Amino acid sequence: MNLLDYFRSSKISTAAVAKERLQILVAHERSSRNQPSYLPQLQKELLEVIKKYIHVDQEAISFNFEQDDHQETLELNIVLPDLSHKKN
Amino acid sequence: MARIIVVTSGKGGVGKTTTSAAVSMGLAKKGHKTAVIDFDVGLRNLDLIMGCERRVVYDFVNVINGEATLNQALIRDKHCDNLYILPASQTRDKDSLSLEGVGKILDELSKTFDYIVCDSPAGIEKGAHLAMYFADDAFVVTNPEVSSVRDSDRMLGLLASKSRRAELNEEPIKEYLILSRYSPDRVKLGEMLSVNDVQEILSLHLLGVTPESKSVLNASNSGTPVILDEKSDAGQAYADIVARYLGEEKPHRFIDEKKGLFGKLFGGK
Ligand SMILES: Nc1ncnc2c1ncn2[C@@H]1O[C@H](COP(=O)(O)OP(=O)(O)OP(=O)(O)O)[C@@H](O)[C@H]1O
Ligand SMILES: [Mg+2]
Repeated sequence: MNLLDYFRSSKISTAAVAKERLQILVAHERSSRNQPSYLPQLQKELLEVIKKYIHVDQEAISFNFEQDDHQETLELNIVLPDLSHKKN
Repeated sequence: MARIIVVTSGKGGVGKTTTSAAVSMGLAKKGHKTAVIDFDVGLRNLDLIMGCERRVVYDFVNVINGEATLNQALIRDKHCDNLYILPASQTRDKDSLSLEGVGKILDELSKTFDYIVCDSPAGIEKGAHLAMYFADDAFVVTNPEVSSVRDSDRMLGLLASKSRRAELNEEPIKEYLILSRYSPDRVKLGEMLSVNDVQEILSLHLLGVTPESKSVLNASNSGTPVILDEKSDAGQAYADIVARYLGEEKPHRFIDEKKGLFGKLFGGK
């Protein structure tokens, strides 16, 4: 490491931050671009069904659609409410 | 049969028109009969960059509407006999262009030209869609900056799904990256995304890097495409880009910083 590198490394590189943010964003946007067109509607209807049985917030439910050469996966994740904190 | 190139980006102001002017001039100077079309209806600028603004009589929309023939509207470039410019209309709005009308003009041009360069407007709306729809090759102009990279990726999605080739299930549009307004010094300081960063994110074939350069403004001031300024860094970068596109092997330039005295003393290597 030479003298100039020393001064450089003492600063956090904003380019590195930009790269990381872009990698995450672009991966996310690419996967949602390729998802089937029925997905938003399916997502909405599934949410309604789930809410009939379990009291959860919108944020407690996450959908993830993934696609590779061999298969497509639709992942549905529900974080159930913490029962031990229930008052009644 | 002409090869149709769209110069596109999504984001505005990244260097599409600068690139369209330089690349079309470069192709023409290499002996290929080339037409360059301004798709930025309502905001025409290509005529100014090409230095033919005072010779515009008819435009793209006049031809589509049958008010002028293609030959009447095409302007022969004053520097190169192989190059013709089809200006955009300044008075109409973007709805004056139709897919059918654009297709007919491109078909007619294809009969006599080798290359047709389409200068896309910014955005992902109608004008940008029409500019890329018939393309065989896409030059995606990107600045090393977050919003430009993101918009380029969105444009890649559209090229792959909303183009004629995609709709007809033909071989997809060939996509090339032009990384524009690059400052190696700022990359070295960690202030700017590097060529490798951008390539890693977009995974595109790199056609070339153009440096941030004063010569671009000088060229547009005088209405001569920057590629004609053969001594300038940006002019040379565009000459390399054209050569690479035509299949010549050219090592990439303008990606390492020019070392000042301080850098020479302390930067090593
Ligand atoms: N390599 C460069 N170095 C310095 N300035 C540049 C460079 N490339 C382009 N510019 C400048 O950036 C500005 C925008 O360039 P240009 O008009 O080519 O972009 P554009 O993508 O066509 O814009 P729009 O989206 O509005 O059509 C101009 O002022 C131009 O001179
Ligand atoms: Mg432009």
